Amino acid sequence: MAKMHVKLTVNGRALEALAEPRTLLIHFLREELGLTGPHIGCDTSHCGACTVDLDGKSVKSCTLFVAQANGAAVTTIEGIAQPDGSLHALQDAFREHHGLQCGFCTPGMITRAWRLLQENPDPSEAEIRQGISGNLCRCTGYQNIVKSIRAAADQLNAPREAAE
Amino acid sequence: MIPGAFEYHRPASLAEALGLLADLGDEARVLAGGHSLIPMMKLRMALPEHLVDLQGLTELKGVREEGGDLVIGAMTTQREIIESEVLARHCPILRETAEMIADPQVRYCGTIGGNLANGDPGNDMPAVMQALDARFRLEGPAGPREVAARDFYEAAFFTARAEEEILTAVAFPRPAAGQGWAYVKQKRKVGDYATAAAAVLLTLEGGRCSAAAIGLTNLGDTPLFAEAAGAALVGSALEPAAVEAAVEAAKAILQPASDGRGPPEFRRHVAGVVLRRAIETARSRAA
Repeated sequence: MAKMHVKLTVNGRALEALAEPRTLLIHFLREELGLTGPHIGCDTSHCGACTVDLDGKSVKSCTLFVAQANGAAVTTIEGIAQPDGSLHALQDAFREHHGLQCGFCTPGMITRAWRLLQENPDPSEAEIRQGISGNLCRCTGYQNIVKSIRAAADQLNAPREAAE
Repeated sequence: MIPGAFEYHRPASLAEALGLLADLGDEARVLAGGHSLIPMMKLRMALPEHLVDLQGLTELKGVREEGGDLVIGAMTTQREIIESEVLARHCPILRETAEMIADPQVRYCGTIGGNLANGDPGNDMPAVMQALDARFRLEGPAGPREVAARDFYEAAFFTARAEEEILTAVAFPRPAAGQGWAYVKQKRKVGDYATAAAAVLLTLEGGRCSAAAIGLTNLGDTPLFAEAAGAALVGSALEPAAVEAAVEAAKAILQPASDGRGPPEFRRHVAGVVLRRAIETARSRAA
């Protein structure tokens, strides 16, 4: 089957590529672009390890064709740190509060939480748990993940509150 | 898992999409949010040669009021339903239902049209639309037509929609203020289909039920409009005997499958539980 021309903005960088339409976005990111932060966990849209941000939405990139993403802006875990390489508040908080054990779910968790905090900068614990309900962690029991996201929210809100 | 190869089309208008379906025939499938179709393609249980992606059809997006009707474009996502102020004000059962579908990531992609047109008895919106007495708007080579939600579902994955037709919108009368409502879904975990679920809409006048409509999810080959169950409530004060009569009438039409969610006897039992809870919740919300 003929390859198609796709144009994407990935982590702020515009790129063009040839890809088979059936290529799943996760395979394109990992194998064509070498962005191996998003993981393939269940490969059935349940676990959320492949979560990336697509035009302002958290999506499971194992269940999306690169053809559907043609023209879109994608952010992966690799695009979340500051341009100078310093960690985003979420990344810092996951480290500080032991928000991970094996780390397999972590890129999806952080990428999802990144969008969640943009939509709801001050979520309750229940809202965090609801917000990450599409991401499975088999190590932590979620307790420290929730704590990390809440801590990141506080960190991100601090300058705003100080200004008020 | 790698799906079979296909050619990808992203039409810019409904007319173009319909033209593609007419030209490509049954080698083509319509792609909306993709969260039912793509998993099937990855398992190679679906092998379309052409995908017609409707994401470019802005005319199929959004919630609007048309006269006495609420109309939801087929490409409106579950997330957009949850966020819709019009629906929150006039038809909150849709938000309650959408919040129980899949998980946040899937709800950013999954559409009302896909949920309704796919014909999977596990989908949640069809039973709610049957309770709302919605009409599905279809467009095809012969022009537009409407099919009642209560007549649309023929068997699992078989509906009144013809291959070359596209579901463009769903319309239903705007529920009267004060109507009680509830969608109660029992599921094993986040993201699961219902073990059993019930949609209840009812109206109270002077403490008596003057109208009731009940839809049931994943308890048969199709969503089930439980007409006799609704009728059993009308005229009653929703006293226990009336509720039990409704539950018995609902159970009489169930044909639940046996799967990982339990054997038929268990699902029949859960159906009774969710229906009782939905009636009680709808009653508590009715004014």
